[in-house]
Amino acid sequence: MSKQQESVFTAESIKKKIRPGEIIIHAVLLSCALLSIIITLGIVVILVKESILFFGEKEVRLIDFFTMTKWQPMIQKFGILPLLNATLMTSFIAVLTALPIGIAVAVYLSEYASSKTRNILKPIIEVLAGIPTVVYGYFAITFMTPVLRSVFGENIVEIYNTASAGIVIGILILPLIASMAEDALNAVPRTLREAAYGLGATKMETSLKVVLPAAFSGIAAAFIVGLSRAVGETMIVALAAGAGPNFTLNPFKAAETITGYIVRISGGDVSYNTLDYNSIFALGLFLFIITLILNMISRKVVEKYREVYD
Amino acid sequence: MTVNAELFTADRLSKKRKKRNTIVSLVLYGATVITVVILCILLLNIINNAFGTVAVENEVSPETLTDNGIPLQDLENPQLIQIIEAHLSRGLVRRFNDDKPLENRSSKELLELIEERIINSEVIKSWSLVDTIFRGPVISEYFEANPNQERRFRAWIHPKFLLDSQSSTPENAGVRTAILGSLWIILITFIFAFPIGIGTAVYLEEYAVKNRLHKIVQTNIYNLAGVPSIIYGLLGLAVFVRVLEPVTSGALFGFSNSATANGRTILSAGLTLGLLVLPIIIINTQEALRALPDSLRHSSLGLGATKWQTIRHHLLPNAFERILTGTIMALSRAIGETAPLIVVGASTFVSVDPSSPFSKFTTLPIQIYQWSARPQGEFRNIAAAAIIVLLILLLGMNSFAIYFRNHYAKKRNY
Repeated sequence: MSKQQESVFTAESIKKKIRPGEIIIHAVLLSCALLSIIITLGIVVILVKESILFFGEKEVRLIDFFTMTKWQPMIQKFGILPLLNATLMTSFIAVLTALPIGIAVAVYLSEYASSKTRNILKPIIEVLAGIPTVVYGYFAITFMTPVLRSVFGENIVEIYNTASAGIVIGILILPLIASMAEDALNAVPRTLREAAYGLGATKMETSLKVVLPAAFSGIAAAFIVGLSRAVGETMIVALAAGAGPNFTLNPFKAAETITGYIVRISGGDVSYNTLDYNSIFALGLFLFIITLILNMISRKVVEKYREVYD
Repeated sequence: MTVNAELFTADRLSKKRKKRNTIVSLVLYGATVITVVILCILLLNIINNAFGTVAVENEVSPETLTDNGIPLQDLENPQLIQIIEAHLSRGLVRRFNDDKPLENRSSKELLELIEERIINSEVIKSWSLVDTIFRGPVISEYFEANPNQERRFRAWIHPKFLLDSQSSTPENAGVRTAILGSLWIILITFIFAFPIGIGTAVYLEEYAVKNRLHKIVQTNIYNLAGVPSIIYGLLGLAVFVRVLEPVTSGALFGFSNSATANGRTILSAGLTLGLLVLPIIIINTQEALRALPDSLRHSSLGLGATKWQTIRHHLLPNAFERILTGTIMALSRAIGETAPLIVVGASTFVSVDPSSPFSKFTTLPIQIYQWSARPQGEFRNIAAAAIIVLLILLLGMNSFAIYFRNHYAKKRNY
C-alpha cells in the first residue's frame, strides 16, 4: 500500500507512466477493428481481380456484357441482361408484395394497436424474420408455386417461375420493412399527432395524412434496404425461380437470377481459372456494387431524417 | 336556414370520415392478420409434408419368410438367423458376421437387419397430412388398384431420422452428419468471430478517438452488414478454399487425407460464416456497451483503474448478457445460412461423420436445399422433416438467449 502511494505521486506521474500491457491491448483491439476494413478490401480486391481475368478473356467483351441479351457460357455468350432482368423482376415483385403489407403492419402496430396487442404481435413478426431463407425456398416450391398454378392455370404458370420466388422473397423482407417503418413512425414526435387530433382529425387522418408523410424518409430507407435484401437473396430463387438464364418479362416463366446462377455454377465443384469460375466473380462484383449503392443511399436517407426531429 | 344546411353537410361529412376511418383501420388490421396467417401457413405447410400416408412395397413379403405365417416379431433369435442365412448371399452374411457375430446380436438388431436387407420395403408414393385427412377415398382407391402395396401412416421425422447418416433412398436417409457438420461449423464461427467482434466493438466504443478513421471503420461495418451472404461465399472460396488451401485442408498440420485434400472443409466454411456474422456481433456489442451508464466508467477510472481494467472488470461483465444474447442471435443466423456454404463447396453427399475441422462437410440447410431441389415427393418429405429439426434447433438457441437476457436483466437495473 505504502509502496504504491510512493510511486503514485501525482496525477501527472500516472498519466506519464508507460504501461506496456495497456499499449499492447490497445494495439490488439485496434488491429481487430482494422480487420473489418481488411475484409472489405479483401472482397473488393478478389472480386475485381477475378473480374479483370474474366473481362481479359478474348471471348468476353465489356460492351457485350452489358448489352447482349444472352447468357450462354457454352457458346461464349456473356450478356448479363437476362440474369439482371430476372433479378430485377423477382426483387420488384418482392417489394410490391412486401411494401404495402409492411407499411400497413407498421402503421397498425405503431398507431392503432394497444401495447398488449403489440407485445404479442411483434415477437410473432420477429419469428418470421428469424426463419432461414432455405425454408422460405421450400415454402415457395411446395406451397406458393402450386397455389399460383392452380389459380392461373398450369399451362400459364411454369413449375419454376419468378412470380412465386418474388412473392416469397416479399414475405422474407416483410418483417424487415415493417420493423424499419415502425421505427420511423415511432420517431415522429407526439406533438404532431396531438396537433392533428386537436384540429379534429380522425385517427385514420392523423396516421395516414400526418404521421405517415412525416416518416416518409424512414419508410423510403426501409424500401431501399428491402430492395437490397431482395436483390441479394439467393436460396429462394435458387429453388423456385428455375435454372437457366431466360430473358423474359413474363413472371410465370422460369428465369435464373444473378445469385441463382452463382449458386448453380459454384455448387458443381467448379475448377479454378476457368471462364465459369471467373464469371461468378464478375457477377458477384456487379451484385456487390448494386447492394452497396442501395445500402449507402438508405443510410444517408436515415441520417437525414434523424436530423430533422432530433 | 343556411346554418342548418351547413350543419347537415358537416354531419354527413363526419359520417363519411368515420366510415373511412373504420375501413382504413380494418385494412391495417387485415394486413397484420395476413402476416400472422402467412407465418402459420409456412409452419403448417412443413408439418403437412413431414407426416402422411405412404404406399410401401416390399421386395419380399414378411409372410413368406416364415413357414406358417407367424409374425417375425414372435420368432426366436436362431430362427431369425436362419431366415437371414437363407435369404442373403454368403458373402453378405460373412460381412455382417465380421461386423458383429449374428449370434451375439439382439433380436431387435436382427429384425432391423431383416427389415433392411430382405424385406427391403420401398416407399412408392406418399401423401401429405392434409390429403391423408381429407382425401381418404382417393387414397383407398389407389390401394385397391395396387393391392401389393401396403398402406402405412408415416412420420418422416422420427428418432432414426436424427441418428442415421445420409442415404440415397429417402426412407433410410437421416440428418446426423448434417447436424454434426452444422455444430462443427458454428463452433469455428464462434471461436473466430466472438473475440474479434468484441475486440472491434470495445475499440470503437472505448478507445477510438472520434476521428476520420473511426468514421470510416464504423461506416464500413454498417456496409459489411448489408453485403449479401453469397458475396461472403465468393470471398471464402477465393481466400480460404483457394489461397489458404494448405491451412484449411489441414495439409500444413499433417492431415494428408487424400479424400479431403482440398480447401472445401469445415474450417473454410466456419471462417466464411465467421466473416459473415462479424459485423452483426460488432454492432450488437457496440449497442450493449453504449447502453452502459457513464457513471460506471467514471467511478472505476476515478478509483485509479486503468482503461483496460475498467473494461475487463466492469464494462464487459455488465454488458455480458446483452453481448451473449446478440452473439447467439448472430450464430443462429449463421446456422441457417445456405448460399455461402454452397459457394465455399459443401459436399453433395457425405455419409461419414466429420472428425476434424479438415473434414468435408454438409449442414442441415444444405441437406434441406438438396432434398428440396429433387423432384421426387419423398425427398420433399424428408426435407420437411429436416426443416423441423433446423427450426427446433433455432428455437432452442433463441429461447436460451431470451431466457438468459430476462434472467439477468432483472438483476441489473440502472
